[in-house]
Amino acid sequence: MNLTLKIWRQKNHSDKGGFKEYKVSDISKDMSFLEMLDVLNEQLSDSGEDPVHFDHDCREGICGMCSLHINGKPHGPKQTTTCQLHMRSFSDGETITIEPWRATAFPVVKDLVVDRSSFDRIIQAGGYVSVNTGGVPDANEIPIPKRIADEAFDAATCIGCGACVAACKNASAMLFTSAKISQLAMLPQGQVERKERAERMIAQMDSEGFGACTNTGACSAECPKGISLTNIARMNREYFSAVVSSDNV
Amino acid sequence: MILDSKLPDGPLAEKWTKHKFNIKLVNPANKRKYEVIVVGTGLAGASAAASLAELGYNVKAFCFQDSPRRAHSIAAQGGINAAKNYQNDGDSVYRLFYDTIKGGDYRAREANVFRLAEVSVNIIDQCVAQGVPFAREYGGLLANRSFGGAQVSRTFYARGQTGQQLLLGAYSALSRQVANGKVKLYPRTELMDVVTVDGKARGIITRNLITGAIESHSAHAVLLCTGGYGNVFFLSTNAMGSNVTAAWRAHKKGALMANPCYTQIHPTCIPVSGDHQSKLTLMSESLRNDGRVWVPATIEMAEKLRKGQIKANDIKEEDRDYYLERKYPSFGNLVPRDVASRNAKYVCDEGRGVNETGEAVFLDFRDAIQRDGEDLIRAKYGNLFDMYQQITGENPYQGPMMIYPAVHYTMGGLWVDYNLMTNIPGLYALGEANFSDHGANRLGASALMQGLADGYFVIPYTIGDYLAQSGYDKISEDHPEFKKSEKEVKDRVQKLLSIKGEKTVDHFHKRLGKIMWDYCGMARSAEGLTKAKGMIKELKKEFWSNVKVLGDNEELNQSLEKAHRVADFIELGELMVDDALHREESCGGHFREEYQTPEGEALRDDENFAYVAAWKYQGEGQEEELVKEPLVFENVKLTQRSYK
Repeated sequence: MNLTLKIWRQKNHSDKGGFKEYKVSDISKDMSFLEMLDVLNEQLSDSGEDPVHFDHDCREGICGMCSLHINGKPHGPKQTTTCQLHMRSFSDGETITIEPWRATAFPVVKDLVVDRSSFDRIIQAGGYVSVNTGGVPDANEIPIPKRIADEAFDAATCIGCGACVAACKNASAMLFTSAKISQLAMLPQGQVERKERAERMIAQMDSEGFGACTNTGACSAECPKGISLTNIARMNREYFSAVVSSDNV
Repeated sequence: MILDSKLPDGPLAEKWTKHKFNIKLVNPANKRKYEVIVVGTGLAGASAAASLAELGYNVKAFCFQDSPRRAHSIAAQGGINAAKNYQNDGDSVYRLFYDTIKGGDYRAREANVFRLAEVSVNIIDQCVAQGVPFAREYGGLLANRSFGGAQVSRTFYARGQTGQQLLLGAYSALSRQVANGKVKLYPRTELMDVVTVDGKARGIITRNLITGAIESHSAHAVLLCTGGYGNVFFLSTNAMGSNVTAAWRAHKKGALMANPCYTQIHPTCIPVSGDHQSKLTLMSESLRNDGRVWVPATIEMAEKLRKGQIKANDIKEEDRDYYLERKYPSFGNLVPRDVASRNAKYVCDEGRGVNETGEAVFLDFRDAIQRDGEDLIRAKYGNLFDMYQQITGENPYQGPMMIYPAVHYTMGGLWVDYNLMTNIPGLYALGEANFSDHGANRLGASALMQGLADGYFVIPYTIGDYLAQSGYDKISEDHPEFKKSEKEVKDRVQKLLSIKGEKTVDHFHKRLGKIMWDYCGMARSAEGLTKAKGMIKELKKEFWSNVKVLGDNEELNQSLEKAHRVADFIELGELMVDDALHREESCGGHFREEYQTPEGEALRDDENFAYVAAWKYQGEGQEEELVKEPLVFENVKLTQRSYK
């Protein structure tokens, strides 16, 4: 396959940035999207041009490090991560536009690399059960109905890539935040801090500059792990019930 | 040089308890006077950082990724072993210990492995308390599955993404300590050197990957939790960023590297499809619970398959060779990884490989789907089947998967004593970065167990013993040793940038990987290894005179990051070859063609090689010195491993 790539280049955070066009040829359909970018980067390095910087690590769809807005969609045309997207999803002669995630709370670091530390700070605000190492009960002491365990697991599969934010016209982080709040709200271990957790994580989410939710569902539709919109509904319930019965008055 | 492994005496089952009592403690009020550096935030690093902070130590945690949650432990699929015996099937701490020692082909320390089995039960309790959503039965209790090398079901799992769930648990504990102000996080920061003052580890030099700033960090102890070095092979199941740099820089500062040639080649990975490939993807070993491994009985039939004249499903039952079930009737498809990999190589070398390249075997779910129904198979392995389909474009519910062995894990690593301390006082190595528990072959679902055992339940005790005996004094980051190391790092950066050669870093990495795979991979020989050594020496010379690293230091520069890592991989490669050459026996993942039984199994030489081979750096271009730590077996009888 021969392709034209329109890629966002930006030297650093303060640079204005802009699109640049490149050509790549002899791309195999079996290559992953990132391997296609590897080919481009070898080509650029050979010609003495700075390679295109992009985040990636595990390349098996689980670490959440890869990003990329491809032809207007986060992680491209398939509901998967960019590292699991293969060139067989594109056709010969196509022009592919590649941009970084666009959100105030995800400032561009360089080219296609963005800073997602805001997600870490949301988790730090309460995305945990406060237990120290040691001194915990036996793992089978508290039975958890399979249905609940499975549902908590589904919420827990979020990889923190930020596609939900990139897909949302408001750059809202509600799907990300709600997935963690849901997981812990459903499990018996999360009950003690349930209210406080919802209040604190949502307050942090707002202070990071993420937008609000207007229920368009783009986040869930684009989520590579298929995190359900139900989590946002659950988070809203958690939040309201926490606020009306809050101990923090 | 004599290595003191500090193994406690007394009966095996009492060693750890006794040791915990005998080692010194740090008073709770004094813990806040100590600073501890933790490099790496995978299972070992995140669990250690969180647990030490909970105790009151001040922790600085470093990772090269943009968030600690992305460390490569996240990609572990199948599960975590623990001797809970929830299944009432005869499991016990002793059995887990025995399986692990035997699985490692009797090349690990008894006391370490027993401790690992002992604390395994606490890990599961801890993770459940954190809210890790393990798989459960309808009654609400935890579910288990079987893994290779064991005849009991002791593997706890969270669908095919157990590593993710365990790491997110450890990451949440770490995040809590960040919020409490006890851990300071340094993401996108890479270790460049370990700093020693008066022979003790007192800090590290780092490079900020965004700004390029070279910085000093001082502390009372340094923990390297930096994972394995499988990427020395270029193609492996490791993440692209996984590297040996931290361990290698520590090695060059005097820390011994133990058993570097012990590499695990995992039997079930998606085969290589072309030259463009950047990494290999694992298909969890748990698939061997239900999948049956086979190739056609004849070479003629395999040729037809390769040419696309027939399909797998066209081959009749009597024309299929389920070679693992045939050769190992009692373990069948669940033989340990080294055995499964080697047998895949044998049948492919015979010409019975099933894909275009001839390097693949089938992993077939036809019988399991007929027996249990597609829905049940989907519930167990859905995400793995989806991943397979995404990568290959083939539907594994309709025809068998094609798999081939790939580099997955490195049992070798920094030498550590029973306290997980290297031979440099104050420098520790945890998880895959050390060598301690898996001998010459790691059993499935034991890496997660070891990473978390080290971080949650070993280091919180053992670090106190060292700190209690060292003072509270802080060493300034302006100390001449820090300044000297900073300068060395800056000089190295400048050197890499100033070569301005003609070949990219990846070019060298790929060539190194090919040498390692061809001569230091699944089968090794004196002839091949000797050849490889010469080739690596040449490659190193060429790298330092002809590598092309674009850009500057003072920016995000991914070529420069890679250049540092690949330069270290080249040096490590040479040591791996030396280690493989010196070990004139076969054991676990180390298979020397000259040493095999008539049936083609690994032939150990316990009389001459029942020791840990620890290597001491002697300076640029010098041969390293071999230091032996004898392995003493007081409880298990060394036998030829049999899975028949």
